[in-house]
Amino acid sequence: MAQPAGLLYSKEHEWVKLDGDVATVGITDYAQASLGDIVYVELPRLGATLEQFNSIGVVESVKAVSDIFTPVGGEVIAINDAIESDPALVNREPFGGGWFYKVKLGDVSQTGELMSPEQYDRLISET
Amino acid sequence: MLQAIGVASLDELVRVPAALTLRSPLAVTPQLSESEIADRFAQFAARTTAGGYTSFLGAGAYRHYIPPVVGALAMRGEFLTAYTPYQAEVSQGYLQATYEWQSYIALLTGLDVANASVYDGATALAEAVIMAVNASGRKAVLVSRAVHPNYRAVLRTYAEGLELTVDELPYRADGRTETASLDAALADQRYAALVVQTPNIFGVIDPLTSADSARAAANGTVVIGVVAEALSLAALSTPASWGARICVGEAQSFGNAVAYGGPHVGFIAAGNEHLRRMPGRLVGKSVDAEGRIAYVLTLQAREQHIRREKATSNICTNQAHCALCATIYLAAMGKTGLRDCAALNLARTRELRDAVTAVDGFSARFAAPVFNEVAIRVPGRASDVLRALEDRAILGGLDLGRFYPELVDTLLMTATELTTSADIARLAGALAEVETRAAARI
Amino acid sequence: MPPPAFDTPLIFECGQDGRANCYLPRGPQLETLLPGDLVRDELPLPDNSELDVVRHFTRLSHKTFGIDTVFYPLGSCTMKYNPRINDAMANLPALRDLHPFAPDHAAQGALAVMWELERALASLFGMAAFSLNPAAGAHAELTALLIAKAYFAKRGEAHRNVVIVPDTAHGTNPASAAMVGFRVLSLKSDARGRVDPAALAAVAGPDTAVCMMTNPNTLGLFEDRIGEVSDVIHRAGALMYYDGANANALMGNTRPGDMGFDLMHLNLHKTFSIPHGGGGAGAGPVGVAPALVPYLPVPVVRAYEADGSPAAADGWRDSTGLRFALDFTAPDAVGTMRSFWSNFAHMVRALAYIYANGAEGLILTSQLAVLNANYIRVGIADVVDIPYPEINRHEFVASAQSLKRDTGVRALDLGKALLDRGYHAPTVYFPLIVPECLMIEPTETESKETLDAFIAAFREIVAAARIDPESALGTPRTTPVGRIDETRAARQPDLRWRAPSTESG
Repeated sequence: MAQPAGLLYSKEHEWVKLDGDVATVGITDYAQASLGDIVYVELPRLGATLEQFNSIGVVESVKAVSDIFTPVGGEVIAINDAIESDPALVNREPFGGGWFYKVKLGDVSQTGELMSPEQYDRLISET
Repeated sequence: MLQAIGVASLDELVRVPAALTLRSPLAVTPQLSESEIADRFAQFAARTTAGGYTSFLGAGAYRHYIPPVVGALAMRGEFLTAYTPYQAEVSQGYLQATYEWQSYIALLTGLDVANASVYDGATALAEAVIMAVNASGRKAVLVSRAVHPNYRAVLRTYAEGLELTVDELPYRADGRTETASLDAALADQRYAALVVQTPNIFGVIDPLTSADSARAAANGTVVIGVVAEALSLAALSTPASWGARICVGEAQSFGNAVAYGGPHVGFIAAGNEHLRRMPGRLVGKSVDAEGRIAYVLTLQAREQHIRREKATSNICTNQAHCALCATIYLAAMGKTGLRDCAALNLARTRELRDAVTAVDGFSARFAAPVFNEVAIRVPGRASDVLRALEDRAILGGLDLGRFYPELVDTLLMTATELTTSADIARLAGALAEVETRAAARI
Repeated sequence: MPPPAFDTPLIFECGQDGRANCYLPRGPQLETLLPGDLVRDELPLPDNSELDVVRHFTRLSHKTFGIDTVFYPLGSCTMKYNPRINDAMANLPALRDLHPFAPDHAAQGALAVMWELERALASLFGMAAFSLNPAAGAHAELTALLIAKAYFAKRGEAHRNVVIVPDTAHGTNPASAAMVGFRVLSLKSDARGRVDPAALAAVAGPDTAVCMMTNPNTLGLFEDRIGEVSDVIHRAGALMYYDGANANALMGNTRPGDMGFDLMHLNLHKTFSIPHGGGGAGAGPVGVAPALVPYLPVPVVRAYEADGSPAAADGWRDSTGLRFALDFTAPDAVGTMRSFWSNFAHMVRALAYIYANGAEGLILTSQLAVLNANYIRVGIADVVDIPYPEINRHEFVASAQSLKRDTGVRALDLGKALLDRGYHAPTVYFPLIVPECLMIEPTETESKETLDAFIAAFREIVAAARIDPESALGTPRTTPVGRIDETRAARQPDLRWRAPSTESG
């Protein structure tokens, strides 16, 4: 399955969309499909400072819980309230309305450690 | 059967490496028939003589009237021998009863949600502290010294594993928790939780003031209310009303025997903001494929069998059957029976206090209002008074000196609806004799 | 009897004022006893007549499976018959109504029960001593790991903080380890489904604190190289922990102590026939090797001869004539784990069970448990996958992988189809290392007739599913409700009743 272009990906199945020094983060379609019906997402607090690749929240489905390892570090400047009231949005639109949070990047070069759509595609086809 | 399996003997089936075979016979009991077992345990019962004493013991385990209907229903084999209701389709009855338990606890505490129960009051407190630690990321808690000493001991045991600091707040001369230094203690924002118990270990009704609760909340400290005598919830202002956001405690009083300490039944109730951190099982109401109301264990992803080392707690079992007994008890007693029971406990304890303090040399240790137990200052050592009472077939209460070095002259005496005026008169009469003897010795 | 068709409203939706029962004398008004600001405003609970209460809970019981009504081939759970004599003994008024703060001299019989049980368990499992303090299996794991932590701290080896857990372990093992600040290292089992001593040696080292195992493991396989495994761990300076969840497989036949385990727990509600009660209360005694005895939680039951000297006993000994005391003072104890001493009523039940069996009976118990499990395995081996086709112990795992590939019918569906046939489902999807796993444990108390009927039902379900998968997919159909919308339950948690008037708020 082809991954949306223009995004960057992490080994932990998060995606990052860059807009200047602001990064939007969510989980991939592959991640939502593996978890099944998502029932709850615990997001970082607005204003919190995240360190890249740290566990900063959880995604909970009926049968599983998965940590969110933030693919980028920086200050949280927005969180997606919509998925709090309607967590199914993450299942329906993982790359769109189901985004998690936005981070103002301290250091833009950190995205160098993330994968291209093609690289991520290879990763999930191997597992 | 052996033939079907393809082995020649049972021995072949259960064979283990030679080094692991038993080298000496097992030293276990002889094998007895059922009638002989009954006889053997009648001997154990005969050697357990406490039933022959008039008892004023309480302090976290309470003798209350249990209507026979509780045992008659709870001992039905479908309940007694059921497994954990993971197969919800064939466990609807138990699941509904547990949902009713959760509802009763939420209604009694005034909080939003309650879990399906935990081991007992002390472990409920430890689990609640873990909830607060996980919510705040802080590694210290502030606990009133008037919280049950056994509960604090268990908290210390858990704190050892979790590497938490447990600091204590003193109690005042009137028996309530001293909160004068609270402002300063909370201000540096290092406490995950502030723990008080009401009624506290001295029987004293000891809620936080709403102002103190608000101060704790403003500093990011979770207020945990402990209730070691659940019956008090039927009479006293709810923990939610004075600001507790988590309420834990012991519900043995609801239809469960004291049974030398267990099994009892702990509860955890909390505000919605703590729901996802609640340990243990939760029953939720949903529907089946045809839209019929159906109950099911829910939010299981938090639990140990899925999250493993990242679970909210390692807790697996709940006290389902004890919680069932409590639920049946609450249903049978109803609000009228519970109110009456609580009022009788208050009245009998007042009668006990008045009778005991009328004896020369005995006085109430604390002035604040109590629920169903009262701390009594005695002439001399409480342990000596207890022994003298035991000689008169009375268990006079708990020697608080066991836990509080400054209270070696203080007994905690408990009266419930089962305590009669005759019991109280007997106690007062015996104390008068004890007092005379103590005075004569001087 | 089929489940009743009638609905059972919540207890809060029944009852009305004036229907209170007369269990107690009327009490005075609360306001006459307490300052008004201490009294709660309202008590929003229903008053129901006793008949309505009886009918409510009896109907609920009709909608609940128990061992008393059906066979539970539930792997890892040891759902054996619960003899009623045990409950009767626990219900003796002298024991049932004994207050935990009663003085020792008035509690001698109860202390004797605890001591005799503790001594019998020590002999049965090859441990120096047991503590009856922990409330359940997971609680016992926590206790044991606290003991290990205290032991290493005392030896100046506080740096040991790694717990090795095979991938066949119960989920509570890693969760317990995390609660004492230990790091979990998961160890993959070998092709035979067992721990490979060489693989273990590669990861065990100076930071290893404990290796947690169960034997037989959760695949139902005996860890036949357990001696070598223990040697590896002991050479690394670490401790071996035995998770007693599967103790019914070997009780009396071989002992964890002889395998090299230093710490262990038992689930008395499994092996020792205590009713599960719908998920508790349980009981989880912790046993230890001699070096760890000082760390057991308090209180400890001490026994004395008539002359006051400490009573010696290798295993069980008749307590008649001995004196007992609760000791709270052990200086190295890890503390105490619970409000009061033990789940005592369960100790009575467990000791009654031991008396009912004696050594011979307990040995035979585990042998028959193994026999019954193997009998079911060979009875269904040609209709489902058996990933480890060898002699198993008290339980075995099967897999519905081929069936799922061919028909779409999963392990879950087979379990649900069994409900319609009047059987509890096996444990499904555990252990995690076997796909479409069905874990089956019949216990020793089931007759050959019951096992044959179960095997026949299982075979019929699989055969029917191969012809028409729908026959299994929509099950259960005869139960009070069908499959439940778990997603809805988790997305919109409804965990309690609320009065209708406040629902809008």
